[in-house]
Amino acid sequence: MSSVPLAGKGALPSGRARAFYRRLRAGEELAYTIAATAAASILVITALIVIELYSQSALSRSKFGWSFLGTSVWDPVAGTFGALPFIYGTVITSIFALLIAIPLGLGSAIFLSEMAPARISNALTFLIELLAAVPSVVYGLLGIFVLVPFLRETLVPGLIKPALGSLPVFHGPFYGVSVFTAGLVLSIMIVPFIISVSREVLLAVARDQREASLALGASKWQTVWRVVLPNAFTGIVGSIFLALARALGETMAVTMVIGNTPQIKASLLAPGYTIAAVIANEFGEASGDLYRSALIQLGLVLFGVTFVINGMARILILTTRKGAHA
Amino acid sequence: MKKLGLCLAAGVATIAATALGAMSITGAGATFPYPIYSKWFAEYHKLHPDVEINYQPIGSGGGIKNVTDGTVEFGASDGPMSEQQLKEYKEKHGFEILHFPTVLGAVVPTYNLPGVNAELNFTPEALAGIYLGKITQWNDAAIAKANPGVKLPAADIVVVHRSDGSGTTYCWTDYLSKVSPEWKQKVGTNTSVNWPAGLGGAKNDGVAGLIKQTPNSIGYVELIYAIQNKLPYGKVKNEAGNFVKADLASVTAAAAGAAAHMPADFRVSITNAPGKNAYPISTFTWLLVPSQIKDPAKLKTVKDFLVWMLGPGQKMAENLDYAELPAPVVAQEKKALAKIQ
Amino acid sequence: MKAWSRKNIVNYTMFGITGACAIFSVGVLIFILGYLVYKGGSSLSLSFFTQLPAPIGETGGGMANAIVGSAKVLLLASAIGIPIGFVGGIYLSEYSQKSVAFLIRYTTDLLNGVPSIVIGIVVYGLVVHPMGHYSTFAGGVALGIMMIPISVRSTEEFLLAVPMSLREAGLALGAPKWKVIATVVIPAALRGIISGTMLDIARVAGETAPLLFTALGNQFWSSGWNEPTATLPVMIYNYAIGPYEDWHRQAWAAGFVLLTLVLLINVTARLALSKGTYVPRG
Repeated sequence: MSSVPLAGKGALPSGRARAFYRRLRAGEELAYTIAATAAASILVITALIVIELYSQSALSRSKFGWSFLGTSVWDPVAGTFGALPFIYGTVITSIFALLIAIPLGLGSAIFLSEMAPARISNALTFLIELLAAVPSVVYGLLGIFVLVPFLRETLVPGLIKPALGSLPVFHGPFYGVSVFTAGLVLSIMIVPFIISVSREVLLAVARDQREASLALGASKWQTVWRVVLPNAFTGIVGSIFLALARALGETMAVTMVIGNTPQIKASLLAPGYTIAAVIANEFGEASGDLYRSALIQLGLVLFGVTFVINGMARILILTTRKGAHA
Repeated sequence: MKKLGLCLAAGVATIAATALGAMSITGAGATFPYPIYSKWFAEYHKLHPDVEINYQPIGSGGGIKNVTDGTVEFGASDGPMSEQQLKEYKEKHGFEILHFPTVLGAVVPTYNLPGVNAELNFTPEALAGIYLGKITQWNDAAIAKANPGVKLPAADIVVVHRSDGSGTTYCWTDYLSKVSPEWKQKVGTNTSVNWPAGLGGAKNDGVAGLIKQTPNSIGYVELIYAIQNKLPYGKVKNEAGNFVKADLASVTAAAAGAAAHMPADFRVSITNAPGKNAYPISTFTWLLVPSQIKDPAKLKTVKDFLVWMLGPGQKMAENLDYAELPAPVVAQEKKALAKIQ
Repeated sequence: MKAWSRKNIVNYTMFGITGACAIFSVGVLIFILGYLVYKGGSSLSLSFFTQLPAPIGETGGGMANAIVGSAKVLLLASAIGIPIGFVGGIYLSEYSQKSVAFLIRYTTDLLNGVPSIVIGIVVYGLVVHPMGHYSTFAGGVALGIMMIPISVRSTEEFLLAVPMSLREAGLALGAPKWKVIATVVIPAALRGIISGTMLDIARVAGETAPLLFTALGNQFWSSGWNEPTATLPVMIYNYAIGPYEDWHRQAWAAGFVLLTLVLLINVTARLALSKGTYVPRG
């Protein structure tokens, strides 16, 4: 039971009962029980969540089965529900966000860990970590009133359309709200995660590796590129997974700028819909058990995906971080 | 540590004690009548300071769902509950849910066309075609024919609809189903449909907001939302062949026929109503009240509010561009109040 | 060393590029702050903090009930999340064995990864539906559940950082284990734990999605814990997507207040931690 070796006491052969009584009087057992109860309640709460998701989606799961994931029709009138447009929207916005956030985040992390002097690095890191604290709805606010008009009036007609308009990903009319806009907002929201974790992982690479490289005459950048990064690679990939998991579950900022249209289009400029956004918009009024069950099934899908990605992130980061921090 | 604990306890006590004693009734539902409802509940609160009726506009679909779930005490919807939904309610609660019409309103096609200041005329075919995604340009013949003399741009139409479950959508799709067999077959009538085209905005104000910000867009909102946001809205061709603009007179005209033959449960559709001045996309909007209210104080308050609503409340409707209920309907409702027990 | 060798050119160029990335990232934060100060600060007035929302379409009114509502929900969330997280963290670091600890850490990570909207719909099913009404209580439960994993992780990390020698010294003096934990270990880790808690509160203070289906909203004051309540993030969302200019103005003001609060807590908590102390990632 108790893992603390009470220095031989309580090891008396017939004294196990006596030892227990002594611990009980000393308040040990009570303390242990309280602590264990708290820990157990975490298990209970998590179990409740999984059970609730699973059981409440039973109706929809039994009706649609795995084809739920492949159907692209979402028709509350006819009672046909398919997750594909939302899965597509969720994946596309997140991947697009990563495409922007990874170079930006990695570049910043490299600067902060390798290139900048310590004081500047700490100050800038402090500020960048504050970005992670900005609430999602505030990002949404800026998205609607600043980013959307800017994209619609300036950036897309002025830069994107002329330069890239012939590509299928930038094809079609642009209304301001779109997958593109949502991806941009998401990228800013996840960049701090990539930066702070990557920076730590980079800092954790053993000093003598760097010094050996520099001693051989390599420049700082060469050291980074050839020595530090390969060493930190797993951890950096972990940070990307972490950022991805965050992006997948993001609700408010996305629903405010994505256009809320369940469709699958090749163009990033088209409006779309994500799993989190459709649940937020339609759960409040899903009358009819099948409708509600389908939405909860969507929640289950999202939960499953973020669980897997988070798990991979933890493994990757933990293996790199072991023994590396003070 | 002790001081912190004391401060915390004091804080909890004061916070928990705010506004103790007021009776709070929670309802949720349609955004269509939200302007008049929020006015009514605020005025009623002034008359009865110990009563707070908290109304949350989450869409008609939300109103129906929540009142059926029992998570709110009354609902509101501009799409009447279907037979299936009524049955579900009765099964869950053991008694019926009642519909009480409150005001008449209009759903108008509102648009944002930079450079076009004129009031556009829309035929039923044009509206159906736009929303089916078949008419994609503003200068399409179907629209231009009804608007001679107006220079329509050769721009893509940005269609806007509701992303949430909406009675306004119910009224709009009900109208389209009546005038377009293709719409009826492909999409149908409901608070939430599988839209063939367009962007989704949440609630009436979300749609209005989206239209305001998006050039070349068209959407449907309750009349007051278009007026309050200074959005232009078009005339619609009614069954008699006239292009009618939505206003108090035309909406009242639409209800004239129904008023004489109002069913006992008050569920009726008045879209595409006959009458040369009738506005074709009009609708009643209803409060969904349970027929049994356990708490005697709340029962009394609900009945009292409904009586007030049918009296002085109706006088406030005009100011917010909703039409008052026709007199026969008011009389029938007052009698129906007895059903709430 | 030739100054213009290829190696050096690449080096300086990459220094510039990576520096630009970092400056851009910081620049975004400064832009966000600045814009909110500009738009929100100018819309702030005394009435914002003291008045109830005005009926739709009428200008004026404020968000007094939303501010109090948010405070109540956060208070309840802390009352639920912090004790469970704190004591659970103690269990993990002081009492548990390897396999049990692994299970609990794994589960905590699982809980942390649940998207906030999913927590919202689960709490609707578990609390709101059985209770028969929306409430501040349900909102508090939803946010409280979200607070648990961070609280556990931060408590555990800071407790583990306390050197074993301190514990052994206490035990050697004959004190029971719980007393050692309470009087020696926890005080040593306290600053970190408090900072972690503050960061935890700041994180859920800005959450909107879980409140949509639990606390709902209210135009009036919400009394007690059993009524629906207005909260700051939900008000921002509703007002931002609406079409009224006055609503937008108020949304900016509310966003400014919320952001200021969240950032203040963050800055205080992070500054309180001494340099080099590990801040668990959110």
